[in-house]
Amino acid sequence: MINRLQTLGRWGLIRFERLGRGSLFLMQVLAGLPALLLRPRLALQQVYATGVLSLVIIIVSGLFVGMVLGLQGYNTLVDFGAEESLGVLVALSLVRELGPVIAALLFAGRAGSALTAEIGLMKATEQLSAMEMMAVDPLARVIAPRLLGGFIAMPLLAAMFSAVGVFGGYFVGVGLLGVDDGSFWSQMQSKVELQEDILNGVIKSVVFGFVVTWIAVFEGYDTVPTSEGISRATTRTVVNSSLAVLGLDFVLTALMFGDF
Amino acid sequence: MPDFPNVANDPLVKIRGLRFARGERVIFDGIDIDIPRGKITAIMGPSGTGKTTLLRLISGQLRPLAGSIVVDGQPVPQLKRAALYQLRKRMGMLFQSGALLTDLDVFDNVAFPLREHTQLPEMLIRDLVLMKLQAVGLRGARHLMASELSGGMARRVALARAIALDPMMIMYDEPFTGQDPISLGIIVQLIHALNEALGLTSIIVSHDVHETAAIADYIYVLSGGKVIGHGTPVDLAHSDSPWVRQFMQGLADGPVPFHYPAADYAEELLNNQPGAAP
Repeated sequence: MINRLQTLGRWGLIRFERLGRGSLFLMQVLAGLPALLLRPRLALQQVYATGVLSLVIIIVSGLFVGMVLGLQGYNTLVDFGAEESLGVLVALSLVRELGPVIAALLFAGRAGSALTAEIGLMKATEQLSAMEMMAVDPLARVIAPRLLGGFIAMPLLAAMFSAVGVFGGYFVGVGLLGVDDGSFWSQMQSKVELQEDILNGVIKSVVFGFVVTWIAVFEGYDTVPTSEGISRATTRTVVNSSLAVLGLDFVLTALMFGDF
Repeated sequence: MPDFPNVANDPLVKIRGLRFARGERVIFDGIDIDIPRGKITAIMGPSGTGKTTLLRLISGQLRPLAGSIVVDGQPVPQLKRAALYQLRKRMGMLFQSGALLTDLDVFDNVAFPLREHTQLPEMLIRDLVLMKLQAVGLRGARHLMASELSGGMARRVALARAIALDPMMIMYDEPFTGQDPISLGIIVQLIHALNEALGLTSIIVSHDVHETAAIADYIYVLSGGKVIGHGTPVDLAHSDSPWVRQFMQGLADGPVPFHYPAADYAEELLNNQPGAAP
């Protein structure tokens, strides 16, 4: 019993120690952000690497998620004769929840893992040490642009996911199942609110983008510089950021929509 | 310090009573080293003696437990980050792997420190980079990516990058390891020529006795956390110390035994009973 408590305590201490180190790391990186204003190209390159290169998986996934929503939503709504509300159902599901959450999970798998592996390999091949020896701070030159790039790219990807998803739902609902075209769009237009729905969705995707990118760059920078260490760090990035996204989603949803 | 070599009156790097440990393992146990200006000084010793660690201590990437490290009059462990970075602009380091930035081509790798630390116009940077690449014989390879270079070429590009800001000293971390004879000859000649032409101070960390002795002005031999010998290559070749002789002549047995410490050989073989531990 005592042994189990000890193990649990040690596990907890290690987690808190990593959280502390991650927070200190974040503060150091944030201190390097103002310098990026003079060199926006560094951040834009990372928006391309993390955002544009993730577009294919985001668009394809968004399309299919929207199509499935259209199909499932129609089957339920038609029982109540409310199939004209399909547009609202698809749009609200995507904008409030599925857009930010699924885009963040895909972002963690596609861009987050790539960030961790890239930074981990830079550490293993002494590129970060070489920068330090050239009096160039790797936190400002390598990590800060990647953090900012991911932070900017993620809300854009979530918006893209939701937009494509709506068209997926439209294609199935209106194109294949015969829902009225005008009702689909007009109900969506009247029921989806800018502040309550869209803005809250954007806030979620901004938070998710920040957390996923933070975890990814920290795991890369903190990795044990061996092939096994990089493999573990990449796995931790995907697992931890996915858990963080799902946990934060509940917290944010409760704060935004819960009546507490 | 009675044993202190005192090889220079005004050394560029002055190390006194340096102690450093990794966990329980003591790497340096009170060593004194002087690196004279304008010379090539070699730090030699078997693998695992902390030669690379010494370079990281000199460059301030690691902090010692005790002792002082003074580079050009500045106490490195006490320097604040900004002052340390200012000092590093005047130090070059050649990593064993080259450590080139893999997302940049050869030209941009050499231009990297110039672009980071100067406001020079791109035309001038181009000329400077071409001059540095010409010095290492790779001006024609400027459009190649780091992944397209051989190990020897990568080290030469890294050398061009290390001299980009015209430093006062260069530290070479195992520059001869894993090189074919031609690349080896080129690197040996380059280190010597650059030191002469640019008036640099060079520190070579190596365990390749012949190549290092051929170009070093002074050699320190480290082992077991101590300086076990120092002197010119000729002095060390005729050293009375069995330890230094074993290292310089590459003898398999000597003060550093061939066998890892173990129980008596005959006893272990005779005690081989069924069920005994292997």
